[in-house]
Formats: sequence, C-alpha cells, structure tokens
Amino acid sequence: MGIDRREFLRRAAIAGVALIGGSSPAHAFKNIDKATILSTGNIANERNWKLYEKTKDIISKERYGVLVDTTRCIGCRRCEWACNEWNKNPNKPIAEFEKSVVGKDDVFKTIRRMHAGNFTVVNRFSSSKDGKPIYVKRQCMHCEDPGCLASCFVDSYRKVSMGPVLYLPHICVGCRYCMVACPFDVPAFEYYEALNPQITKCTFCYDRIIYEGNVPACVEICPAEVMTLGKRKELINLAHERIGNNPDKYIDHVYGEQEVGGTSWMYLSSVPFDEIGLRTDIGTTAIPKFSESFLFGVKMFEIVGAWPLVFGAYYAISKARKKHTASHETSTEEKGESHGTKH
Amino acid sequence: MAQNTNSWFREKILLGMSTRDYIISNATPANFIAMVILAYAIPVMIYRLFFGLGPATNLSDNHPWGLWIGFDVLVGIALAAPGLALGTAVHLFGMKQYHHFVRPAILSSLVGYIFAVFALLFDLGRYYRMPYLIGYSWGFSSILFLIGWHFFLYINICLIEWSPALFEWLNLRKYREFFSKLAIWATIFGVIIAGGHQSALGGLYLVAPAKLHPLWYSALLPVFFLLSAIFAGISMVIVESTITHKVFKSQLKNFNEAEYNRLVIGLGKATASALFIYFILKIFDIAHSANWAYLNTPYGYWYLVEILGFVLLPALLFAHAARKGKAKLVRFTGFVTALGVILNRLNVSIIAYNWYLPTSEKYYPKWMEVALTVGVVTMLILAYRFIVNRMAIMHDHPDYESTH
Repeated sequence: MGIDRREFLRRAAIAGVALIGGSSPAHAFKNIDKATILSTGNIANERNWKLYEKTKDIISKERYGVLVDTTRCIGCRRCEWACNEWNKNPNKPIAEFEKSVVGKDDVFKTIRRMHAGNFTVVNRFSSSKDGKPIYVKRQCMHCEDPGCLASCFVDSYRKVSMGPVLYLPHICVGCRYCMVACPFDVPAFEYYEALNPQITKCTFCYDRIIYEGNVPACVEICPAEVMTLGKRKELINLAHERIGNNPDKYIDHVYGEQEVGGTSWMYLSSVPFDEIGLRTDIGTTAIPKFSESFLFGVKMFEIVGAWPLVFGAYYAISKARKKHTASHETSTEEKGESHGTKH
Repeated sequence: MAQNTNSWFREKILLGMSTRDYIISNATPANFIAMVILAYAIPVMIYRLFFGLGPATNLSDNHPWGLWIGFDVLVGIALAAPGLALGTAVHLFGMKQYHHFVRPAILSSLVGYIFAVFALLFDLGRYYRMPYLIGYSWGFSSILFLIGWHFFLYINICLIEWSPALFEWLNLRKYREFFSKLAIWATIFGVIIAGGHQSALGGLYLVAPAKLHPLWYSALLPVFFLLSAIFAGISMVIVESTITHKVFKSQLKNFNEAEYNRLVIGLGKATASALFIYFILKIFDIAHSANWAYLNTPYGYWYLVEILGFVLLPALLFAHAARKGKAKLVRFTGFVTALGVILNRLNVSIIAYNWYLPTSEKYYPKWMEVALTVGVVTMLILAYRFIVNRMAIMHDHPDYESTH
C-alpha cells in the first residue's frame, strides 16, 4: 500500500514536471533518474533506529570506527553495490558497476555526492604526485560530536556509544537544518516524496556491527582491504603506524582524528586531503560548539535581562496609572480633545 | 436571528455595504493585480503539497535552504520587527508622542510573523509535524528549536497586543479592558522574545562556518542580525507609515503634517544611530578576523555594495536629513535601509552560502518559488488592508479612550 502510494506520487511528480515545464536545473542531479534517487522510501534508517531502541542497553560501550586507506582503493564501486543491496536502495547488477568505471559511461567524470537513494559514493581524483588516479569512498563520517544532532530542533538524531550516528525518521519534521549544519554535506533529503519525505544517510550498518564479528556491508565486500573496522583508539594508532612505516607514501595526517572534533570514520591519503575532495578548512572545533555559547548567551539574556525589563514595565504602569487618576480628577473632555489633535 | 447575523456580517465585514456594492467597490486595479498574483501562487502551493519540494523548487542536497527560508522567513521576520522597535520605544521608554505609530506597527508584526510561518509550512518536508516542536520532541541543543518556540510565543504576544483593536471592533468592552492591561506585559515579554529570536536567526548560520563566506560569517552573526532587525524595524515603520498615510488618508482625522514629519525625522535619527553602530561593528569584525584580503574578490565587491551602499550611505543620508529637517529624504532613506536588510538576509542565506561552489552549481530560485513568495506577500498585504479597513488601527476608536 505504501509503495503503491509512493509509486503513484512518483509518477504524478514526473508527469507534473513535464506539465509545468520545469526544466531541470543544470546544477542539480545530472544523469540520474531524479525521481528514483531522490525518493526511495528507504527504511534502512528507520529499521536501524528500531533495532537501536531494542539493543541500546546491551551493545558494546566501546567506540568503534573505520579507517579508510585511499591509497589502496581500486575504484571498483563494489562497496556502492553492497551498500545499496544491504540497505535496499535502488541497485543494478554488480557487473554494471564494474563496467561503469571506464569508457563512455565513466561515472567518475563528475564528482558525485550522496543522495537519498545512495548512502555512499566513490569519486576519482588525479594524484598531484604521480598523476595516477586516487579513488575516495564517501559516506557519513559519524562525528564524535555531530552537527546534525545538535542542529535538529526535534531531536531526531542519536549518537550511539559504538560510534554510529542514527537518524529517527518518525520524528523528523523535514526542515533540513541538519543538511546545513553537516560540514561534510552528508544528509540527503527525499525531494521527490511529497507527503512523507525523510532524510537518509549511512547508518554505519548498525544492524550488522552490533553482532560480534560482523563488519559494515561496504567493508565486507571490499576486495582491496581499503577499510578496517576497529576500536577508534586502536585505529588511530594503526593509522599513525602506517604513516610511520611508509612516510613517503602517506602524508602525515589522519583525516578525522581531529576534524570537527573527531569522526568515527577516518582517512589516510598520499596527497593533501583537499585534493581528494575532503575539506581541510572545516577546523577542529566540533560544530555544536559554535551554537552552544550563543544558546547560553540567549538564555542568560532572557533570564537575567528579563528582570530589569519587568520592573521597568511595572514602574511605567504605576506611573501611567497615577497620571490616569490625576487626569480623571481634572477633566475627561480635555483629555479626549488633546488626544484628537495629537496626530 | 438570521437577519441579525446578516446585518452583523454586513456592518463588520462588508463595511456597511450590500454584498453587491462591496464587490463593486473592490473592483480596483490593485485588487486585479492581487488576483492575478494569487491565480499563480495558489496553484503553486497546491502543486508543492501534492508533488513535493523536488518538482516545485530548485532546492538540492547541496542547497537545502532557498528562497522560502531566505526571503519568506529571514527577510520577513526582520521586516516584521516594527512591533518590537515601537512597542519598546513607546511602552518601555515612554516616548508617548509615537503612540499613533504603535498599532500599525504591531499589526504589521502580527501579520508578518503569521505569514512567515505560513510560508515556512511549504518549506518543511513534513509540515503537519510542526506541533511536534511544542510538545512531542524537544531538541534543546538546536538554535532552530529556540526560534520555533520564540515564533510561537511571539505570535501569541502580538495577538495580545493587537487584541484591544479586535475587541473594539467586536464591541466587547470587558475583554478590551482586560487585554489592554495585559498588553504592556506582552510588550515586555515581546522585547525579550523578539530580541532572542531576531539574533537567533543569525545564530542559525553559526553552525556553518565552512559554508558561509568569511566576510559574512562571524561569531557576531547574532548581534548583526539583532541590530539590523532594529533598524529594519524602524525603517519599516517609516516605509509603512509613508504608504499607509497615502492609502488610508481618509481614515486620518485631524492629521497634522508638520508634527507627523517631525516624528518621522525622529525615527530617521534613531535608524541612523543603529546603522552607524552596525557599520562600525562590521568593520571591527573584518579587522578581527583579518579578512581584508577577501574584499578584493568578486564576493568582496558584492560585500562592499551591501555595507557601503546599504548601510553607510543610508546612515549618512539619515544624519543629513535629520540635521536639515528633510522628512522626504528620511522616507526615501527608509526604503534604502529596508532594501539593504533584504539584501543582507539574501546574501547570508543564498548568495554567500556554499560560496566555494562554482557558479554553475549555485542555487537560484525556480519560478514557482518566486510565485509562492510573491503570493504570500500579497496575502499579507490583503490581510493587513482587510484589518485596517475595519478596525481602529490608524486612528483611535471613537467609542474608546486611548490606552497610551
């Protein structure tokens, strides 16, 4: 029933676009079926949230993370396939993914980002060192102190002790402030769902990693061992160890160790990170810190500043009342007249 | 009984005319234009509700907020600050000579906020969940939560401040007396609440330090928004009184032009001081963040247009007009200042947002977004006119003594 309605709305939306003659904006979503990728009715976020409700007391309290070594990635896009498969996003046979990386239909020609119907994408950059391609997988970074969570005005995000940042679709009002607050531009919105649009994003495969020995779908399928799931502290040590062992191969920086207060997913690279699409100008301050002090200030103003105003008003009222009685004692007619001419 | 209701309807709603006469009296060019605008805007609203934000707007995952937030909410709320500015001046600072400006100012705040929230409903993905904010799920760490609650409270405050006019119209003397007494308290809380959320609207962008251009991003964003809301509020009083004194001239009894001009010049002085403080703070901010180099870029030139052309220039013009006693120049400068605030809000929310993206990937509004925005503004003006024509907004009600 839900799918029928959604399918109906989707077709209606496509028809409507044709009808109103909305030429698709050049900047928007080239080469993808907009209505499909932007409203999938995906339930992965909801499923993970429900599971979290049931399991939050029994899961590990240890903080986990994933280390992504971009020097190893071969750009096969299998992680995208596996992610779509596990999270029931629109998918194509794996062979098509492998074919899509070269030639005429090369998807790497443009830099892509996550949308409602894909939680992870691989992009290709050219190395400034040797001109060879560098492939970079993107997904939610699962910040230690997430901006999306702090910005949500109905509290529809959770940071799980194990690391995942989960989104609760059944509370979300669809204001999209989390998309503004996210420094990595991760949350995506179902723009083509009219009635019940939700934000979607990578769940860190919460529904897999809470079970001993399981890793996220993308980590599991990767043939090049690009990604390593582990305890965050150990991953940071591992990352620095790799840099130390191969100082010529890596630049001496673990992206995500400090960025915006630290993230659960971290990256290693052979070239500066801003050359492979990871912004280096986002600072090391957690996003919620920027709004915290302001919120504190407003509260102080409203609690402390309110009192002089209230007393001032009381003073004004009592003064007005005195004047009122005084003028009544003299003459009411005069008063009426003086008001008339005041304009 | 039926006839009684009918005559009430005729007296109160149709301004004492028969239905036919009322319709004929409304067949004016201005109403025709409004009809044409609404003929576009209302289908667009329906289209948005049935087909979603994707088909109706140019919003994307990179540009989640567009014209509906940038103009309808940010600009709308800034320009709806007259109630804050004048309510404070008259009720708190006792500047009684301005009391004739208060009711129009409060009404414009009331309709301004109501229509800003109305427009916001179209921007929210699940607008029907708006009440969640009030009693279901509270995001205490969010600036948007603060704004949402403050909007809710402030609309109620404006309703209380405006209600004496409503009860005079309905001839409910007892209620009128009660709410007149409440109004001063409402004004006090209005100052606190309005100050809080005007600054919070700037605070919204505090969490996007990497997305907003450094010339516009500042830790002082809330202060800038609050200060500019104050001069936006006063300049809107000038703009509105200029328009309403032309349009509703018939309602003004004993109109004293010299006195009115003197008061307008007084408003100009107040705006000039707010503009100067704002300008100096802006310069300090650039100096503090050492952003001088950005001034010599295309974004920098645009910034200079805003800060020199729409802050410093009106400040100087106001100062000049006040010294020479030129009420006409004050009115003109009022328009310039209001335009400057519009420009500033659109710069922060749209133009300087995601500034590092190439021009081809920038957001620009779709015609439907513009149509809905223009439609909402039209509805606002119609609602304002509807109320002014019926209630004692521009003048004191003859049966009631003034409360001020």
